[in-house]
Amino acid sequence: METLDFRFTSTPAPRASDPALCGVVGSGNLEILVQPGAEPATCVLTIKTSARGFGDTWRAVLGDFAASHPAGGTVIAINDMGATPAVVTLRLAQALAEYRGGAQ
Amino acid sequence: MNAPLPREWDTLRQSRARRLERAASLGCGREIPTDRIIDLLEAVIQPGDRVCLEGNNQKQADFLAESLADCDPARLHHLSMVQSVLALPSHVDLFERGLANRLDFSFSGPQGARLAKLVQEQRIEIGAIHTYLELFGRYFLDLTPNVALIAAQAADADGNLYLGPNTEDTPAIVEATAFKGGIVIAQVNERLDKLPRVDVPADWVDFTVKAPRPNYIEPLFTRDPAQITEVQVLMAMMAIKGIYAEYGVTRLNHGIGFDTAAIELLLPTYAADLGLKGKICTHWALNPHPTLIPAIESGFVQSVHCFGSEVGMDNYVAARSDVFFTGADGSMRSNRAFSQTAGLYACDMFIGSTLQMDMAGNSSTATLGRITGFGGAPNMGSDPHGRRHASPAWLKAGREAYGPNATRGRKLVVQMVETFREHMAPVFVEELDAWKLQKSMGAELPPIMIYGDDVSHIVTEEGIANLLLCRTPEEREQAIRGVAGFTPVGMARDKAMVENLRDRGIVRRPEDLGIDPRLASRDLLAARSVKDLVRWSGGLYAPPSRFRNW
Amino acid sequence: MNHALASRHSWFEASARTRLAGLLDAGSFREILPPAESQPSPHLAQLDLPGAFDDGVIVGGGRLSGQSVLVAAQEGQFMGGAVGEIHGAKIVGLLRRAVKEKPAAVLFLIDSGGVRLHEANAGLIAISEIMRAVLEARAAGVPVIALVGGSCGAFGGMGIVAKLCSAILMSEEGRLALSGPEVIETVAGVEEFDAKDRALVWRVTGGKHRYLMGDCAALLEDDIAAFRNGAAEFLAAWHEPEPGLACLRARQSVLEKRLAAYASYRDGLQVWAALGIAQPETVPMLDRDSLVALKEGLPT
Repeated sequence: METLDFRFTSTPAPRASDPALCGVVGSGNLEILVQPGAEPATCVLTIKTSARGFGDTWRAVLGDFAASHPAGGTVIAINDMGATPAVVTLRLAQALAEYRGGAQ
Repeated sequence: MNAPLPREWDTLRQSRARRLERAASLGCGREIPTDRIIDLLEAVIQPGDRVCLEGNNQKQADFLAESLADCDPARLHHLSMVQSVLALPSHVDLFERGLANRLDFSFSGPQGARLAKLVQEQRIEIGAIHTYLELFGRYFLDLTPNVALIAAQAADADGNLYLGPNTEDTPAIVEATAFKGGIVIAQVNERLDKLPRVDVPADWVDFTVKAPRPNYIEPLFTRDPAQITEVQVLMAMMAIKGIYAEYGVTRLNHGIGFDTAAIELLLPTYAADLGLKGKICTHWALNPHPTLIPAIESGFVQSVHCFGSEVGMDNYVAARSDVFFTGADGSMRSNRAFSQTAGLYACDMFIGSTLQMDMAGNSSTATLGRITGFGGAPNMGSDPHGRRHASPAWLKAGREAYGPNATRGRKLVVQMVETFREHMAPVFVEELDAWKLQKSMGAELPPIMIYGDDVSHIVTEEGIANLLLCRTPEEREQAIRGVAGFTPVGMARDKAMVENLRDRGIVRRPEDLGIDPRLASRDLLAARSVKDLVRWSGGLYAPPSRFRNW
Repeated sequence: MNHALASRHSWFEASARTRLAGLLDAGSFREILPPAESQPSPHLAQLDLPGAFDDGVIVGGGRLSGQSVLVAAQEGQFMGGAVGEIHGAKIVGLLRRAVKEKPAAVLFLIDSGGVRLHEANAGLIAISEIMRAVLEARAAGVPVIALVGGSCGAFGGMGIVAKLCSAILMSEEGRLALSGPEVIETVAGVEEFDAKDRALVWRVTGGKHRYLMGDCAALLEDDIAAFRNGAAEFLAAWHEPEPGLACLRARQSVLEKRLAAYASYRDGLQVWAALGIAQPETVPMLDRDSLVALKEGLPT
């Protein structure tokens, strides 16, 4: 297992009252927990992944996500069981939409 | 002037007569007892013969293959094997046991690793690796068999053969052998007084033998809908909306992967909602894929011609004779040579998947240490320059490729891949493993499955690249990098150039197509399990037990 | 019919959270220890494996057709739904809460291969605590209803737990047994049981066989709405009996007769023939309603 931490600047997301969870920690899949964070223009991410040695790929996938979505002001925790970048990208979009859906 | 040298013009016929005489001395007639088959093979085959062993995608002359492998290598040796698929262990045993030393084939699948080892040890000489149509073509030119060992469902007392739904290669093999002085031996599952229909007439067949068990059939085209992922659904949505709908693709072939199975299962739902019923996917060159059942039942599909059959689909096919080709007896008639011809010349589109693709769009399923060959994809996944008849899809693609005054159209050849395979292996690479394989095997060419210049579109989870609209090699390369996702070659893209290609519609993202990736759900699949397929079929589809969870 | 086929929501395929959302009255679910407040398994972390925020089980309360219920739902996609220490503690805590709160029922959405081997003794203890807690809830008059229809079925210790519940509601896709097919094949050989023969596995452990044998109270379609309706109907008609020795003795006697009658058979097909089903080979392809009708027509 490898634990990775990233911070990206990102357009602020509307602050939601409830955390959002998306996905399941199954083979080739991951779960993503989105919670409100303290820094409005920063997306803070922590990943625990079963696949070692893909830090650069994670950085690229998550950096792309933070640049293309309003994810500022969130803290995102990920448990991963070898999801491909395609699945990660899809789940991040789903999780953020669910989080924002809870925003008032 | 010298008189011409006297020459005999019927040596093949004389050789055939001698072989038949030796066989006659066995005293068995034309119906060979199961336990005399090795005697027959040793009587009619001679050292140095070219022997065609029927091994198809599905149907295998497995009893004859095992029997040939059990012949005495002191009597039978230096055989030159011609066969489309090298699938069974006994196929490779022939070379390991010293009976055969040369091979011309198309596809090796599960025996790919053993085959590679034999080549490296120089115990096997590979003539060439062909596409199916090339190999069938050479049966009639310079690779005509001396002896053909084939598989049939049943024989009658005269020696007429009924092939059952898996016709596959048999007519091509028998035609080439029987009419050029060769010997045809058929293993049959049963002997019947009256055949349901005659697929091969008795006077093209020399001997029949009842196999101790029915010939092996591989369920090669069954894809369990339960294993289709959301990412595959997303790519299928993009393909349908961005390619099928835009070109109005009515005549096509699909590969056998889960990516294209997802498209088949989105036809009655997503494609129907887009109003595409009757406008796309009406005529197919395709094996009877179980995942096509919902589209057929929904009225999408008018006609399907098959290369071979599929385990469990016989009753369904027989009950849908408006759609499938069937004999007067009601059962399916397939034919690989004709269906491949349809796939090459009469289809407007081929769509399939691959394991690797380079920056020129060349794709390969070869991996190090395995010689897997090609099968039919390169024929169907190529633009036939000899085509003349027009269709809207072909013309639109041609005008995109060659401009408004194009004198020809263009086949759509679509490669559909997720950017990473399992274990994070990137599909997009700077150099194909095929080049290393070529060097290690001493082959003349790298085993490229689909040539880059034949590819018209690439679909990945990141988007669609339309290579027809690219005007320079640089544009092509950036268009490919532009859909290569987070693979190293994708991250090495020229971002400004990719955005420019996107402005020109050469690279299109899901949002450019009006698709929200978050809506890519398995709920869109018309069937989400094999049991759903059985229900769609009204109970006519009988899946093999390994695909059942009930 | 085919439109309905395309719009069904499979219980077998759904995640535990999706099952719960479809099972309970809309918006009524309140999770206890939601992911943001929960701890992943410390044992998995020690083994260098990623955990899940909820440790593979969701517990909480909600309403089923207006009645207040407690629920526990195992996530089969995470480590095969296997029971680890935290996972087990969440279930035990929920069942103990039921003793105090007296909800109309505890709905137990089982999808599990049994003990999480990575957590060894902690997992084994957790399973035995769940067993005791199920019996305590029932003794307090709270029915515990097992819903079995996930990809992992109910095997190992969770197979026993399922049988300790007041009743089991099952889909055809669900499986229920003690030793899993792969375990039997590994221990006793492929001649004893071919775990790759999926049709055989379902003929021996699947929902239809369990229903024909009387091991489950109802056979449901593989559809979230069917589970919701099935659970509500069952609950409306169910009164949790007082525990008693006579009842256990009667049950024991039934099991002894069953052992004597069927122990030598190798396949569900043989058992079904012995039950008096004229064409046992047609059973796997029967739809749910036809199978229920078939069972009702059998000699008793």
